[in-house]
Formats: sequence, structure tokens, C-alpha cells
Amino acid sequence: MSQAIHHDEHYDAEGSKIAMWLFIFTELLLFGGLFIIYSVYRYLNQDAFHLAAEELNTTIGAINTVILLVSSMTIAMSTSALQKRQKGTTLLLLGITLFLGLVFLVNKYFEWGVKFEHGIFPGSEHMTENLSQGEILFFGLYFVMTGLHALHIIIGMIIIGVTVAKVSSGKVHADRSALLENSGLYWHLVDLIWIFLFPLFYLIH
Amino acid sequence: MTNEKHHIVPYSTYAIILAALLLFTFLSVAITGIELGEFTVAGALLLATIKSYLVLTYFMHLKFDKAYIRIMVGFVFLVFLAVIIITFLDYYFR
Amino acid sequence: MQASSHIPHDVSYLEYKGKHNGLLSWILSTDHKRIGLLYMYSMMTLFLVGVVLGLAMKFELIAPGKTIMDAQDYNAVFTVHGVIMIFMIVVPGLPAVFGNFLLPIMIGAKDVAFPKLNLASWYVYIAGALLVIASLLFGDGSPDTGWTFYAPYSFKTGANMLPAIFGAFVLGFSSILTGLNFIVTIHRMRAPGMGWTKMPLFPWTLYGTAWIQLLATPVVGITLVLVALERIFGIGVFDPALGGDPILYQHLFWIYSHPAVYIMILPAMGAISEVIPTFSQKHVFGYKAIVASTMAIAFVGYFVWGHHMFTSGMSGTAQYTFSILTFLVAIPSAIKVFNWISTMYKGSINVQTPFYWAASFIFVFMIGGLSGLVLGALATDVYVHDTAFVVAHFHFIVFGGVGFAFFAAIHYWFPKMFGRMYDSLWANVGWIIFFIGFLALYSPMFYLGMQGMPRRYYDYLEQFHAANILSTLGSWVMTLGLVIIIINLFRSAKSGPIAGKNPWNGKTLEWTVPSPPPVENFETIPVYHEKDGPYEY
Repeated sequence: MSQAIHHDEHYDAEGSKIAMWLFIFTELLLFGGLFIIYSVYRYLNQDAFHLAAEELNTTIGAINTVILLVSSMTIAMSTSALQKRQKGTTLLLLGITLFLGLVFLVNKYFEWGVKFEHGIFPGSEHMTENLSQGEILFFGLYFVMTGLHALHIIIGMIIIGVTVAKVSSGKVHADRSALLENSGLYWHLVDLIWIFLFPLFYLIH
Repeated sequence: MTNEKHHIVPYSTYAIILAALLLFTFLSVAITGIELGEFTVAGALLLATIKSYLVLTYFMHLKFDKAYIRIMVGFVFLVFLAVIIITFLDYYFR
Repeated sequence: MQASSHIPHDVSYLEYKGKHNGLLSWILSTDHKRIGLLYMYSMMTLFLVGVVLGLAMKFELIAPGKTIMDAQDYNAVFTVHGVIMIFMIVVPGLPAVFGNFLLPIMIGAKDVAFPKLNLASWYVYIAGALLVIASLLFGDGSPDTGWTFYAPYSFKTGANMLPAIFGAFVLGFSSILTGLNFIVTIHRMRAPGMGWTKMPLFPWTLYGTAWIQLLATPVVGITLVLVALERIFGIGVFDPALGGDPILYQHLFWIYSHPAVYIMILPAMGAISEVIPTFSQKHVFGYKAIVASTMAIAFVGYFVWGHHMFTSGMSGTAQYTFSILTFLVAIPSAIKVFNWISTMYKGSINVQTPFYWAASFIFVFMIGGLSGLVLGALATDVYVHDTAFVVAHFHFIVFGGVGFAFFAAIHYWFPKMFGRMYDSLWANVGWIIFFIGFLALYSPMFYLGMQGMPRRYYDYLEQFHAANILSTLGSWVMTLGLVIIIINLFRSAKSGPIAGKNPWNGKTLEWTVPSPPPVENFETIPVYHEKDGPYEY
């Protein structure tokens, strides 16, 4: 065995990309646990799930889907913009992404608000007295899964916010773009989960 | 460390993918609107799978990354699928 | 070479003065070796708490009826014993201590891929441990559900469950971050020329373990969150009164907690796979078979969780499937045992303390593994389910497996970690006393279980008395051995004779650097050539 080659304090873009993917795997499995629960209860309570889903507003769900898809495109474009060394465009695209994330949350807030007004929330009297067990499970899962998803939107927005700061201060640039790429990956994960949440909750008729 | 050459994806690619994603979204709203019985769920899930494939491949750059990342992603989805199937060996046959 | 050249190569990691002094130089250090020792000291403290709780249980069982505590206290003691031992000791055990200390050195790197994240994982670990301990000290009584937190009792009991559940969640997070760090380190930082098939076996097992940590831990994370939400809001997911299915809780819990057994045992097997070639002075037999069986255990082990639920009311189809899959896992485990023994065959065996531990590991692991087949077979499982037999089985695997491997590893790598040698005579005396105590403590439980003594009861029928006395005596003997071992190691770390760079004539990379290793491990990163391998004697 001979000796050669020095390691430097290195910037390993591929290493941090793998790390982000591994973290995404844990997030997928986190939601995966919930999808297992959903599929089991939907299988056991098919009619109740259909009935309960009537309560959800497909239009708002579809609008939120469109919002997330567009925001996914803008953040994907921002990586290209950074690599083309167009700092202004990068920041603009990230700004649009943040704004769309906020709109999604506002929609969600009003959506949940309507449910609460109708007396639909975990542990409410209306639910335990008037709804069947399958419907209670549906709404329990609805609140947990969309709530956890919304929490991820908030975390994603914080990460994007940090990225915006670092792009504008010049710490993240075309040759050191790992942070932007990773926050993009995280945001796409949020999108990916919503792609499944939307049909499973809003499109049961 | 070598600076790996990034493949710069043109904006138009992303726009096309977004158009496809939106199309599939409206398609899934439309087909679940019609009464297809058992196939409704299957149809919605199939469209969701296609959409997630597009997001993974283009938005998440798997198409342009090294093969082993793609293998890892595929592996994780297969493991999850296996777990669901095994769980249903209980519920389906109970 | 710039950036890091200001760190001198002739100063060991124990003496190096960084920016801070005293305790701060440890708890703010991002050096993987110091973090490994931080884990070791914190685990040792928690382990002693777990041991005291275990001794209390055995003392309660020295005679039928109430001896020192009543039923409720006994429930709390076995719950906390389980939570501490599983979530804080055996799951993080070998990866966090020896993985941190040795993984970068064994693959020829200066540190792990993300040193700051590594330190953060330790803080997350400590936060989780404190939360669990808080559940003991505050609120309306200690958790009394068993470490499995089975629904619906876990959200019905009046005990102080939330901190314990949240603590287990936080500990899982620490475990995920460590696993993530190790996978990236192994992928990106192997020495030039060290292909996957030239990597030593301990890093290989850490790789397998890290994948299970990543893919299984989130499932229990979300499950525990749901139990907490059930307690706070009553969402109904596991509450039969609201339509939930408690058996689904068991599925989700064991989707993590069975692979967790492999998180524990794989690095233990890896450590044994390092010890045996070194003390046989021989190339490890069937390197590729050991690697393949490691990955096979990690993979198949993910799909056998249902064998914990044979009596829960699962469908017959699921029972057969889980039983078959469970038997499949036995095959790669047996391959490993075969390889270890074949490595010894015709080797020049150097009988030293680590070898004693490794050999006794194989012995207790085989008993634990074979009794596992009794539990994996449907008909026999129904007979001994939830009896002392199960307790004996998993202590042989978890404590006999992980514990013995941990002691093998500490006696093997001790001269590397501290630069000093321990007193072999006392180490061997400690080993034999511990070994005898271990067998006396757990073997009677096989018999008791076959006779029908249930687990988790503070009381028992008169007919079980004799075997229980033997078991309690065994717990005292084992603790005596433990005390001798720990005192010997502590004394030697301070004043043992200076150990050379390579006291055992090991061939892996950690034996090529000084003992204790310098801060950045290697002055120049080693390069592997075509002919080099990890075990070329």
C-alpha cells in the first residue's frame, strides 16, 4: 500500500445530493406509513369513505394541485437559471415559488376553517354523534395527512427562504449550487406527496 | 474534487412537463367524475403514478443523474410496495 | 494540501487542543473519534440505569408474591428497562460508538461526510434520552405499557406516556441522521482504489444497518406520532371505539421494530467478522458470502415483522407467509456462523480476550437463533407466545448478540482508542464470570417458558420458584462480571501499559495509524492497489 493524494476541505456536490435523496427516502416512508393506514381503512370502510369524501371540495383541491405543480416548475427552472448565471431570474423564480407556497397554505387554511365550522374536527361532538366510524377515520386521516403535508410546505418554504438569502449574498452560485438543488428536491418531494394525496382524498366519488 | 459538468435543462423542457402534469391532473378529475366502479381508484392511482414518474425524472433530475441514484429510488419504491402487499396479506384474507 | 494542514499529525485526538478546553473540547468537537466516545460514555451511563432496573426485576422475582415492588411498579420498571435498552443502547450501540470511531479510519477517510451533522445527532440522542427520563420523573406515573407502546392501552393509560413516546421518536431521528451520514461516507469517501469488494466487513454491516435505519425508522416515527395525536385529539386511527384497528398499530410498530433487531445485530456480526480473522491470523473465509448474507439479512429482515403477531388475530395467509420468510432469514445468519468457524479452521489462533468474547458470541447467538426458529414456527409459537421463553430468546439474541459483540469490540479496539492495553487477566476473569452469570440468568427462562410462566408478571406460581432463584443468582453473578470488566477498562485507559500501533497484528486500515489516532487519522490518505484486500495474511 503506498501513500498519495491529499484530501482537501472539499465541497462534495454529489455527496450532499445523495444525502438529500436519503433524507427524502425517510420522508417518503414517513408518509408511506400513513398511506398504509389509509389503504387498510379505505379497504375496510369503502362506503363510508365515499360518503365522507363528498364533504371535501374538489375544486379547491384541484386549484391547490395546480398551484403546487406550477411552483415545482418554477423552482426547477431556478436551477437552470443559476447555472446560466442569471442571478436575477433565479431570485425571481424562487420568489414566485415562495408566493405559490403561501397561496397553497392560505387555501388550506380556509378549507380547514370550513370543516371546523361544520363541526368536523378530531374529537368533535358532531363527529362522534352523527358520523359513522369509517367517516371518523376518513377525517382523522384527512387532518393528519394534509396537516403533515402542510407542515412540510412550511419547512420547504423556510429552506427556500434560506436559499434566497444565500443566492442573493452570492454564497450559492453556479459552481456551488448544491443548496439550491437540494431545496428544489425537497420542494418536489412535497409536490410528489400531494400528487397522491389529491386523488386519494378529493377524487373519491 | 472535480467539478462535475452540470447538464443545464432548458426552460422549455420544464414547461412541457408542467403542461403534461396539468393535463393528467384534469384527466384524473374527469375520469373519477364518471362512474367506473372499481376502476376509478385504479385509474386515479395510475395517473398519479405517471405524474410522479414525470416529477421524479425531470423535475428531480433523475434522468440526468448517475444510474445508482435511480436504482436507489426504484429500490425504495419497491420496498414500500412490498410492505403494502404483505400488509394486505393480512387484511385481504382475514 | 491546504485548509487542514494546520492540524499537526503527531498529536493524538485525545490530546489535541482545538478552540476549546475541558468538557467543551468534547461536546463541541466534530471529530468522529470524540463523538464516538461521547456516545460511549452517555450509553454507559444509561446502560447502568437499565442494568439496575433489570436487577430490580430479577430481585422481585426471587420469590412468589410481592418482594420489593407491586404490580404497577413492576410494569413501569420493565417498560423503562425496555425503552432504555432498546432505543438508547442496542439500536444505536455499535454504529454510534464503534461505527463513528472506526468507520472513517477503516475506509481511509479523515472524518465522516458531515461532521457537524454527526455532532448534532449526538445532541438529538441526548435530547431523546432526557425526554424518556423526564417521563419517569414528572407527571402521573411512569409509562407502564411495555416498550412496544401497544394501542389502545398506550393512549388509554393514565401514565405519563407523551414524553416517552416523543423521546422514542427523537431517538429515532438521531438514528436516521447517523445512518444517512454513514451511507454518504461509505459511498463518497472510501480510499482511492478501495472498491466495494475491498471494503472491510464492519463497514459493510454498517452500510446494511444504515439502510434499515433510513427505511424502517420513519414508519415507527409516524406511528408514535399517531399514538400521541390519539392521546391528545382522539383522531381514532388506532382506537377501536372510533373504528380504528389496534392490530394495524402492531403491524406498523413491527415494520420498524423487527428490522430494528437487524439494526442491532448486523454491526455486531460485523465486529465479530473483524475479530475472528485477526485472532486466527488468517484471511476471512468467504468474504463475498459474508457480504451477501449481510445484505440478505438486511433485505429479508424487512419483511418478517408479522412473526411478532401470530396470536393477534392475523389472517392465516399472512401467518404462513411471515413464518416462511422468518425461516428464510435464518439461512444468511447460518452462513455467517459457518464462515466464522471456517475462518478459524487451520488458522493460528491467538486466544486473547476479544477472541473469548467472539467465541462466546457465536455460542449464545446460536442458542438465541435456534430458539428463534421455535418462535418462528406457527404451532410452537402459539404454545410459548408471551412466556418467559420469548424473554430468554431475545435476551440471548439482543444481549447475547449485541452485548457480547460490544465487549468483543471494546476489548479488540481498546488499544486503538486509548493507546493503552488493558490487564488481560482481569479482562478474562471478567469475561468468564459474565458468561457464567449470563447463562445462569437467561437459560432457566427457556425452561420456565416451556412450563408456562408468562412474561411481564411480577408474581408466579410456587412451581416456578427454583428456576427463578437460579435466574436471580445469575443476574448477580453477571453484574459482578460487568463491574470487573468496567473497572478494568477504566483503570487501563488511565494507566495501562502503552500499546503499540498494531498489538494484534490486524490487517485493516485502523491498525496502520498510531494509537490513539491523530486528529485527522492519516497523514496521507492510503491508496489501495489491485492485490490489496482487507484481510491479507
